Amino acid sequence: MNTAETRRLSLFLLFAPFLMWIGLLIVLPQLGILGVSLREKLGPQNYAIGFGNYADFLQEPIYWNTLLRTAVMSIIVTALALLMGFPIAYYIAKVASRRSRAGLFLLCLVPLWVSDLVRAFGWIILLRETGIVSVALQAAGMTDGPVELLYNDVTIVMGLVYTVVLFMIVPLVSTLDGMDDSLIEAGLNLGGNRFTVFRRIVVPYAMPGIVAGCIIVFMLAAGSYLTPVLLGGKNSMWFTEQIYNQFITRYNWEAGATFGMLLLAFTSVVVWIGLKATGQSLGSTVARH
Amino acid sequence: MNVAAPQSAVARRLYQAYMVAFFVYLAAPLIVAGLFAFNDSLFPSMPWRGWTLDWFFNDTEPMLGLFHDRRLLASIWTSVKVGVVVSLLSALVGTCNAFLFERHDFPGKRYLYILMIVPLVIPGVIMGIAILVFASLIANGVEDGLGFDLGMLRPGLPLVILGQFSFLTTITSLIIAARLKKFDIALEEAALNLGASRPRVLRTITLPYLAPAIVSAFIVAFLVSFENFNTTLMLVGSEAPLTITMYDRMAKVGSTPVLNAVSFVLMVGSALLALLSVFVQRRGD
Repeated sequence: MNTAETRRLSLFLLFAPFLMWIGLLIVLPQLGILGVSLREKLGPQNYAIGFGNYADFLQEPIYWNTLLRTAVMSIIVTALALLMGFPIAYYIAKVASRRSRAGLFLLCLVPLWVSDLVRAFGWIILLRETGIVSVALQAAGMTDGPVELLYNDVTIVMGLVYTVVLFMIVPLVSTLDGMDDSLIEAGLNLGGNRFTVFRRIVVPYAMPGIVAGCIIVFMLAAGSYLTPVLLGGKNSMWFTEQIYNQFITRYNWEAGATFGMLLLAFTSVVVWIGLKATGQSLGSTVARH
Repeated sequence: MNVAAPQSAVARRLYQAYMVAFFVYLAAPLIVAGLFAFNDSLFPSMPWRGWTLDWFFNDTEPMLGLFHDRRLLASIWTSVKVGVVVSLLSALVGTCNAFLFERHDFPGKRYLYILMIVPLVIPGVIMGIAILVFASLIANGVEDGLGFDLGMLRPGLPLVILGQFSFLTTITSLIIAARLKKFDIALEEAALNLGASRPRVLRTITLPYLAPAIVSAFIVAFLVSFENFNTTLMLVGSEAPLTITMYDRMAKVGSTPVLNAVSFVLMVGSALLALLSVFVQRRGD
């Protein structure tokens, strides 16, 4: 066999698993839910094709309210994670001494491997009426009786920020790590104050990391299920919960698929806008890390 | 002098205080979740009633310890089985993908590469329902057309495995491709010039070089599979992995400290695996 033939054979052999994976597990299933979402139920075993499920969605305020709520809260979570995570990433990449850098970074990585469930569970123990924070507040004399800190929006946002902030820090650290300190020094020497240097030099340099972090964090927040449901209780009104209810509880696959498509379309649009607005691409941000 | 650091002593102190506060926030729920496994009480809440190991080793209700709780043990075993199969599959396909995208050129490569990354930005719940719907469509088609039921396409472990495999392969591909990118192709050429056959070069030179990345991709995939909830939730049948069993207990029975015991074991286990993965990658570099 000559080299060209070998290459062609190996290309074919490598292409087969890729195509099976992408085709059978990603592309066709997504087309499948698109198809089901366009299927209107007229009666048992009797379907028509149309946008009826989407119209139903628009006519039911509780549905689109939940989607809007999920969207707004996910954006708040993303913004908070960026605000909270940037100083941490900057400290690890730029301020900390060489020796403590690796240790701090490892400390950030460890909680990534603990499941969302355990983390939410930890928050429940801390924040419930009989929890540690409530007991501590009473002991300090700051409240008269037990306080319930679970099941409200602030707790959901705080819990979500907690579960996603590390996905913001990791890409930020790896981008900031590549920045030469002399850039900052040059900026200061040229008469910029620290804020100007930060705004005109550090932030633009970190942009790929910021975008990557924001995309991952936003997707994780909008697609999360456990944290809002466990910390938000029955009234968390999270969109993934609606999808679950339609699919598993009510067995209304048409509506569930419609909700799924809407969430996917919505998150894709946000990601796309984010990439366009900052001049990045999916390959240059998300895949780098 | 570090020009990146704040210059005034007060600002530096404030910055350090913020760092400390952040790490306390990071650690608090994890420490608490682990700690209450050792509280001698029926509820994971205050007050503290003294230390006990009953939530691990006691064999009678109501303080049934983790190591005597058949359901929890069975679901841990289920998670291990699923994790091993999923990680093997995704490390294998990930290796193929790495070679495909690093070593070959073909029309539409850029678009297919983007397609390969896309699973990372599809919410897990949607991944789950998409595979659920698609598998049922096929199963129903087979049943209507050929008259037999394809049980493996109904919710259950095979679907859970497919669902996790679908997005984990992206992660393993990226990890393995990153290492293949650093490989010096001259090593292969030298071996070929010295008369080695292609398969032999692959076996004795390229794959050993890639091995640390493949092992570490396997470990990462196993850890993510073990803690996956969103995709699994949609595809699970009667045999539930650990996360689903824990969630059911929390939502239906209310939390008991045995869940803290599970959390504790999970944290220790995944910390060890994560360290192993770091160690394997270090040795590779």
